[in-house]
Formats: sequence, structure tokens, C-alpha cells
Amino acid sequence: MPEQNLTVNGETVAVDAPDDMPLLWVLRDLLGVTSPKYGCGVGVCGACTSHLDGDAFRPCVQTVGETTGREVTTLEGLAADALHPVQQAWIDEDVAQCGFCQAGQLMTAAALLVRNPNPSDADIDEAMSDNVCRCGTYHRIRSAIKRAARG
Amino acid sequence: MLNDELRTGFALPGPPGDEPPTGVGRRRVLTWLVAAPALTMAVKLGLDGKPAAADPLGLGEFVDIGDLLYAVNLPTALDLVIEVTPDNRVVAALTRLESGQGITTMMAMLLAEELGARLSDVDITLADADPLEVLMFTGGSNTARVLYEPTRIAASGMRARLVTAAANRWGVPAGRLITKDTKVYAPDGRSATFAELSGDAAKVLTPAIAPKPKPDSECTVIGKPTGRIETPELVRGQAKYTLDLDVPGALPTVVARPPTIGGTVQSVDDSAARALPGVVAVTRLPTGVAVTGRTFHDAFQGRDALTVRWKPGPVAGMSDGDITKKLKAAALPFLVPPVLGKAVDGTFDFAYLSHSPMEVRVAIADVQGGKATVWLPSQAPIDAQNKIAAAVGLLPTAVTVHVPRAGGAFGGRLTHEPGIEAAEVSKKIGRPVKLMWSRVDDMKHGRFRLASHHEVRAVVQGTNVTSFEHRCATPEMEFDHGLGEAATAAGFSLPPTRAALIQAAFQLTQQTPYHFGLVNQLLSEVNVPIPNATWRSVYSGQVAVTNEIMADEIAKAVGQDPLTFRRAKVKADAVRGVLDTVADKGDWGRSMPEGTAQGIALHAEYKSAVAFLVELDCREEQPKATKIVAAVDVGLCINPRGVEAQMQGAAVDALSTIFWAGNHIDDGAVRESSFSDFRYARMRQVPSTTVHINSTSSHIGGVGELGYPAAAAAFANAYARATGKKPRSFPIFHGA
Repeated sequence: MPEQNLTVNGETVAVDAPDDMPLLWVLRDLLGVTSPKYGCGVGVCGACTSHLDGDAFRPCVQTVGETTGREVTTLEGLAADALHPVQQAWIDEDVAQCGFCQAGQLMTAAALLVRNPNPSDADIDEAMSDNVCRCGTYHRIRSAIKRAARG
Repeated sequence: MLNDELRTGFALPGPPGDEPPTGVGRRRVLTWLVAAPALTMAVKLGLDGKPAAADPLGLGEFVDIGDLLYAVNLPTALDLVIEVTPDNRVVAALTRLESGQGITTMMAMLLAEELGARLSDVDITLADADPLEVLMFTGGSNTARVLYEPTRIAASGMRARLVTAAANRWGVPAGRLITKDTKVYAPDGRSATFAELSGDAAKVLTPAIAPKPKPDSECTVIGKPTGRIETPELVRGQAKYTLDLDVPGALPTVVARPPTIGGTVQSVDDSAARALPGVVAVTRLPTGVAVTGRTFHDAFQGRDALTVRWKPGPVAGMSDGDITKKLKAAALPFLVPPVLGKAVDGTFDFAYLSHSPMEVRVAIADVQGGKATVWLPSQAPIDAQNKIAAAVGLLPTAVTVHVPRAGGAFGGRLTHEPGIEAAEVSKKIGRPVKLMWSRVDDMKHGRFRLASHHEVRAVVQGTNVTSFEHRCATPEMEFDHGLGEAATAAGFSLPPTRAALIQAAFQLTQQTPYHFGLVNQLLSEVNVPIPNATWRSVYSGQVAVTNEIMADEIAKAVGQDPLTFRRAKVKADAVRGVLDTVADKGDWGRSMPEGTAQGIALHAEYKSAVAFLVELDCREEQPKATKIVAAVDVGLCINPRGVEAQMQGAAVDALSTIFWAGNHIDDGAVRESSFSDFRYARMRQVPSTTVHINSTSSHIGGVGELGYPAAAAAFANAYARATGKKPRSFPIFHGA
């Protein structure tokens, strides 16, 4: 089995995995990185959203072979010591309910704010509408992103 | 009568215990000390011979599901155990499932309030299945209603003993000590942590101060908007759901499932799957073929390498049209002939509806050496314990069921299929397994809100409604999650037949909030063996929704505005109160462009009342919600943020399911497969939502299931007013 070398949350890792293995299962089953969640396996719900070289991506539809030599960041690695502004805003707005989609929501929001530090409501809706929340926390997610943008 | 029947057979409580909070009437809660080296209190619910049929909002004297659940909890030995740990943390195990409703935060607030503990020093865990409990049932919006009083009483008893221990230690009168920040303080500034006093406190038999909950006027935590206690770990990605738990050696497992609902394996060729290097085992199950792998990727690859011939399931050959035809034929006739006035008729249909929580159905099981340990996010873990035990041939006492937090539930975790499957696989292969349903499994083989057909007739004379009849037909509801058995064990004389029991459950949940003359609502059932389970709001999610659509249509028939009509007909002031609040805050009746409209609706249940006002823009092909305003009266609002979140979430459920989200049955199979075709609302479809909280009483009403019916009807009513089309079939944009 090929050895795959990639960077996960700042650490270089080498795992034995076939090229076509979805990164989601590499993270969860081989590396024990569990914040990316399985929600659909086909890239339509957003529960596994993480960052690949800084951009939001879906590890459930990205193979490990496509990520060798690249930098993967999950919610565990979003902030070092102090919380990232979106994490703090999520606390301040009390966004989460069941919480299962929120890792993906936070990572999508963090990537949005890098691209667009001062998003409008329409920008937020556009960026966030591929992440499903079954508890219906959308209203508070929108508020939290605006709060994080205000800094 | 039904209610009288339900009132028979209650046990009287034992000797009195510590005192209830102010305002608690007929209920009594018994507390006692558990023999333990550190201070631990246990609570037993008591009731003086009747269910708590108090009627704080004036909704009419009736026993509802919450009363039933309260009474069912009576004979249970230990509902709640509160402990002080050596590191000065207050720990209590909640006998319910946290799935996003915020009940752990609510419990922590009650303990912090009554003990004088810091909220951040309180930990709420989820209790394992405990057969000493008659019922551990998360549903019917019962958690706060059942646990509020006993929690406060237990905590006040605990506080009295901590204070007594400190008073004895310092030689200071107990009445002069206070508790704050998880410590006891003397007037001279001396202090001791709860943990330092816990050992002495456990030996206090008679506290030196009355073990009595604080008066409401002194409460500082209850009623304060409070963030969810899990949020800090959630936002760091540290929260552990079932499949995130580190159970050593537990092997990923998925199941190949049939094309039709309830299909079974005819033959399987697993040679290609077994030849894959990552596949550990292939196991035949009653429900399909399980493949266990080194990783979930391996398990999925093994599953896809199976060649299975399937026998069709019990509804093969049946499609939506056949089901609707059956339901229409089953609706019972009306009693009141339309000749007595003008009849306003409406017929309505609802499609099957998946629960589809974000976390699919999952379980971990380790069945070895005559014992089973199962991790299952369950809304009914005692029932799970019994059914898993039966499936693997063990006594329930040999089965431990741990309850991890759930990524949503909505009724979809009342049954235990993944726990049973995981236990069966583990037993056969002799190793622990973590079993996951794929999203497609969840959508096509999970549980569903029942499809339904409704025929409603109101007879009006002038502006009076003289009779209101509702005939609801559904497939048979599966009612085997233990509630019926528990109610019987608790001494209820439940109706003897299943049909009568279901009719009773239907009647318990269906009360009209209006003066509608002779009201008569009946359920009839047909046999369609598609797996089902109650969905948020149970029958009200369909029955009360259609009644509120009818309220608009009756108003139109008598020439009144929907608000004016409701205000005149509504029975209870509290319900009129929430209606007036949304009308005022939502600017009811404002001028709007053609093709756009407001909609309004209300709902009263669970000893609570709610009204929604929404605005909808129907000028494009798909409607767009542009405003959502809610007003809610749950009596004493323990955590306003939690109540707001529940109303906002209910509005999103309502928007999704009235317009887009639902399931088709094609030739015995579910058509939808994921969030691509199960069209639950996305952020761009959901406007900002404001929630106003009225509080006209200090009783505890239910919250979680309250909001959906009013929100759903408000969207349907806005759609009707914007387009001139009568909404009749849901979801409206279901597609053929």
C-alpha cells in the first residue's frame, strides 16, 4: 500500500492508504482526527468541510492521493492558543444546537472571511448555502459571521 | 371518558420529603440521601393521586402527553443523582438524550441556581439505560416539565446540607451562611468549597436550615439568557459523538441494504468482498449483509463488492398514489350534516417525511463473554436495552447501553436498529464494531413521519363556527418504543386494544384552541408497513397545521381577517397574548406588493402557546421567506436563548417541509437518497428570525415540539394569501 505524505494541522504525517481512499476516512479512521463528520459521503451536506491549502473543501469527496504534499487543516487545527474569531463568535452568538454540522460551518465561515473580510448578507448566504444544518441554526450562523468580521 | 380513564390507578406518594419550590401545587417530590462517601442526593417524583392537570394557560382541563410522561415517571426509583466530586464539580446524570434541544444546559442552570454553584462548575452527563427507571423517554417536550421541580428540590436539599456542614465546622449559625461560586461563605469571609464540605454534608440527616428552593424573586440564573454549556468544546472540534469515541478495537461496519423497504437477502456471493485486503468479516443480518473493515473506506468497498439477490419487501408494488387512495378510503365520515349552516371543507395530504438528522444512525457494540456493551444515541434507551438483549439472546441485565450525545434526533432515535445490528455483528464475529448507516441507508431505510390524509369540515352560521370536524387517516403508527408498557406498569389503565391506545394518544395531543362549537377529531389507520416513528410535534405536525390552514379559510368564508377571526375565537388569554404580540411586532396587515403576503398561525400544546407571523415572496418560481416573527409563552422561561433557538429551528423545519422536503414512495422504495434530493432549507432560504417571549405564568411548559405546527401553518397561509392557491398537499413543491 502506498505511503501518503501530507500535512495535517501543521504536522507532517505519513499514512499507508490507497490513493483512492477518501481523505475523510484517512483523517477519521487512520489519524483519529474526528471533527470532520460523515454526513452524506458525496459532498452535498458540508459536515466534513475542512481546509486544503487554506481553501474550504470536502474531505469526503477528495482522495488522499490528491492531497499528498498539501496542507490539510481541520477544526482542531484552526486556532493555536487563542480562539479563531469565528470560534469566539460562535460562542458569543450561541450558534450550535446538536453541533454535528458546526465543524463544517465554522471551517466554511473561516475560509469565507479570508476571501472576503467584510461579507454582505448575500455573500454569507452564497458561501454558506452548501452546508446543511438540520437544527436550523442559520440565523445565528449569519449573525456570528458578521460578528467575527467586525472583529 | 378518556381523561378519567387515564387518571385511575395512581399510587399515592410515600412520606413527605423536602419542600417544593414556591408555586408547586399538587405535585410532591421526595428526596433522600444516597449512602455515599460524598454528598449525593437522589430524587423520587411523587404526586398526590392525580396527574398534574393544572391548567395555567387556560387551555382547558386535560391530560396531555407531558402529564402522561410525568405520571409514568412516578414509580421510578432514581430520576436524578447529583454528586459533588473531589475536584469541586457538581455532576448530574440526565436521564434524557441531548440532541441539540439544550436540556443539559437547562439542567446545569437549575443546579447552579439552587446550589449557588458556578455554571462552569456543573457537568451534565447522559445516563446509561437504567432498568430501575420505568421510562427514559426523550419526546413529547417533557424534559423540563418532568425534571424542573425534582432538580430544584434535590439541589436545595443538597445546599442545606452543605451549609449545615459548614455551620458545624465553623460554629456559625447556618442561617448566616451563603453559597456562591461553588463554595459556602461565612459573614467573616471564611469559605469552603463544596468538595471540602461534601464528606461532612453527606452525614447531615437533618439540615439546620430548611431544604427549600429559592423564591423566584431571588433567582439569578433561571430566566437569564445562557449559552449552551457544550459550545466551547464544540467550537474546538472536541465534542465526541458516537463514532468519535475511542472504543479499542471497534471495527468500522456498514450494511448492504435491499432496494425496497424491508426487503430481505435471498442469496449472497461475498467472495469478491472477502478477497479485499481491508475486509475483516462479512455477516448476514435479518436486515441485509454487514461488511466489517479496517476502515469505513474498506467496509464500503467490501459492501460494493458483494453480489446480493434480494427478496422484495412488504410494500413492493406500492407507490404514493396507492397509499393516498388507501388513506382516502379510510377517513371516517363526518357527523354533522352541512345543512345546519354553511360548510367550509378542506382536504389535505402529507407525504412521508424522513427525520434525517445530520448524524446518521450509528452504534458501537461489544458483545463478548455473555455480556453486551452498546453505545447508542437513543431517545428510549431502556427499550433499546430490552430489544438488543432479545436480539443477541442475553438478559437485559447483561446489556449496558451508554447514551452518547446525538447529532440531532427529531424522533428518529426512538427505535434502535443500528444498536441491534451492531450487537448482532459483534456477537457473530466476536469483536467490537462501530456500525454506521450511510446517508442513503438513513434516507431509504430509516424511519419516517407517517403520510396522512385529512378531511376537515367546519359549519358556520354568521361568524360563528358551530361545529368543527377533522378526520385524519394515517398508516398504522408503530408504538413499540416502550411508552405504552411503561404507562401500564405505572398503573395507567390504558385502553385495552392497540387501536384504542392510538386513538387515545391522538386525542391526548389534539385540542383545538378555539371556540369552534362541537369539535370532533378522529383518527383512522390503514396497514402500510413502512417503518415510521413520530416526528417533531407528533400528530400536531399535520393535524394542527391543517386546522390552522382551515382557520384562515373559515375566516375568509365569514368575511373576517385571519387575525380578527382568531382573536375572537381563541379560548385562552395567553394564546391571544402571543397572537397579539406577533401581530404587533410583525406589523400584521401592512401593505405589501402583489405576489407577496403575510401569514399567521398559532398553536397551544405542552402547556405552552406560540404564534408565528411570516412574510413570503411568491413572485418567482419558488417562494422566498423574507421575515419570520414568533411569540411564545412557555410559562417560566428557564433559558430564553434555548427557547429562541427552538423557535428558530422549528421555523426552518416548517419552511423546509411545507415547501420542499418530503419523501416519495416508488414501487415499495424511497426515491430520495441524500440532501441533494431531500430538499431541506439552506441558509439562503432562511431570513432572520425574531422571537418574543411572553411569560404570563410561572409554570413550566414544553418547548421543543411546540413551534413547528404554527410555523408550518403560517407559511402555508402566507403562500395561500400571496398566490390565491389553496395549499392542499405537502410539501407543496414535492414534484411528481
